[in-house]
Amino acid sequence: MEPKLRVEGASKVYASKSGPVHALEDFSLDVREGELVCILGPSGCGKTTLLWAMSGLHELTRGRILLDGTPIEGPRPQEIGMIFQDANLLPWRNLRQNIEFPFEIKKRPPDRPRIEALLRETGLAEFGGSMPRELSGGMQQRASIVRALAQNPGVLLMDEPFGALDAFTRDEMNLLLMRLWSESGKTIVFVTHNISEAIFLADRVVVLTPRPGRLAHIYEIDLPRPRTVEMTFEPAFIELLQDMKRTVETGGRSTLEVA
Amino acid sequence: MSNVPSELRDEIPSFDAKATGDHGPIDWTGLTSIRTAKSALEIGSIVALFAAVFFGLELVLRWTNTPTYVFPKPIAVVKTLANEFTAVYAHHLWVTMYEFLAGYAIGAAVGLLLAALITQKPFAEKVIAPYVLIMVTTPMIAFVPFLRLKMGFGSWPLIIAVALAAGPMVMINSATGFRRTDLAKIALARSYGASTFQIFAKIRFPLALPMIIVGYMVGSIFGLLTAVGGEMVAASEQGGLGRDLVYYSSLARMSEFGATILIIAILGVLIYVIFYFIGKRWASWEA
Repeated sequence: MEPKLRVEGASKVYASKSGPVHALEDFSLDVREGELVCILGPSGCGKTTLLWAMSGLHELTRGRILLDGTPIEGPRPQEIGMIFQDANLLPWRNLRQNIEFPFEIKKRPPDRPRIEALLRETGLAEFGGSMPRELSGGMQQRASIVRALAQNPGVLLMDEPFGALDAFTRDEMNLLLMRLWSESGKTIVFVTHNISEAIFLADRVVVLTPRPGRLAHIYEIDLPRPRTVEMTFEPAFIELLQDMKRTVETGGRSTLEVA
Repeated sequence: MSNVPSELRDEIPSFDAKATGDHGPIDWTGLTSIRTAKSALEIGSIVALFAAVFFGLELVLRWTNTPTYVFPKPIAVVKTLANEFTAVYAHHLWVTMYEFLAGYAIGAAVGLLLAALITQKPFAEKVIAPYVLIMVTTPMIAFVPFLRLKMGFGSWPLIIAVALAAGPMVMINSATGFRRTDLAKIALARSYGASTFQIFAKIRFPLALPMIIVGYMVGSIFGLLTAVGGEMVAASEQGGLGRDLVYYSSLARMSEFGATILIIAILGVLIYVIFYFIGKRWASWEA
């Protein structure tokens, strides 16, 4: 079957004042339709660069990315939804206006029933009139997920969306994301530097090396679904976590193969 | 790959900083965030202090038998204002307001437009910066006698002076606002396929709005100053509050003089209050 997303030999070099910065080097990956892939790596390993290139917000220096077989040459707002670090809501708009923002940009009437259903599902039904600064970080990020899902894109690209949240809120958000994902069957590429989060969510975890970001290892996570927070305390989970931590630290040079 | 948004092309994604851009050479933002009284005690104290100063001054002036030509008694000033408002002051107030509003409308509109245009090109901004600074720092009242000489005794010399005083203030603050960039928010809009104009209208402009409002407020204060000051130097044949000040002080008619100052003070506070509520409505997200 043709992959939903295909990354072919992606490299990115930024021109900075102190010389070229190699963010990503010869990275390739296939993402299947409906798959939840986590991209894991330390800070500054090109994770965000990769995601921005997938979304058409960035050009690659070499290589290309295909979505449904066609190369990505710019934003594809009908097919891709982005979820950013810190909810990235517009602070001068209330929640509802924020969620309707993409409709405004696309000059389409907002799909109110869909928005209402999503707001109810994420527990935000009563907060449509609230300003972002009146809400907690978790609620803001839930609103940003609603904003992306209201567009009903086939692919969700998530850039460390829960990185700024506390551990408890993060668990809650991960459970919510998994529920939404299992209901909608979307393809999700989820960037994180949190190993436990990556294992918890993913079908596959793709580990990148420190800058320049290269493929270190791909882990198939065959923990049963639906997953629970309790599973993160089980020996199999912790073993995987320790192994993955070593891979991140060594850049994959001493990786043990995991079944 | 020509559809990749240009402003993101070679920026390393970073979310550490929020909107970048400072408050410009002069930070006027304090003007829109003066702490206001809320409780009855606070409001009561403000009223009590006002009454104490007002009636205290009246008492001291009576007690010391200070003649009116030295210092007018507050009650006399208020009486003069009430008795002669329609006969005398209304006309002069209108003249000053007309000069101020016309000049301010022109100056603020041009200032905002220039700020929006100039910030698109850093080169143009750098070239123009010294001239804007000269315009901001030069008291435009100085040009009024010259303009009067060239343009006669109508309202235009003062309208132009007000525009020249208010415009650069609006421009310098608005430019600071437009210079703010928030890459993450631009990326958000771009990911939904926003055009460059949509980025301006829906991201850059709202992001700049708090600074624009501050610019409009500072501009209005400088505009009023220039209108009144300009009238003191060379009023039109219609007069105006500035000319009243010169006229009454030269005749030592201090009650009338005081009443004129009272009008100007109320005008100034009124302008402030208007902008305070505009700021509260459209810029409160950035508290």
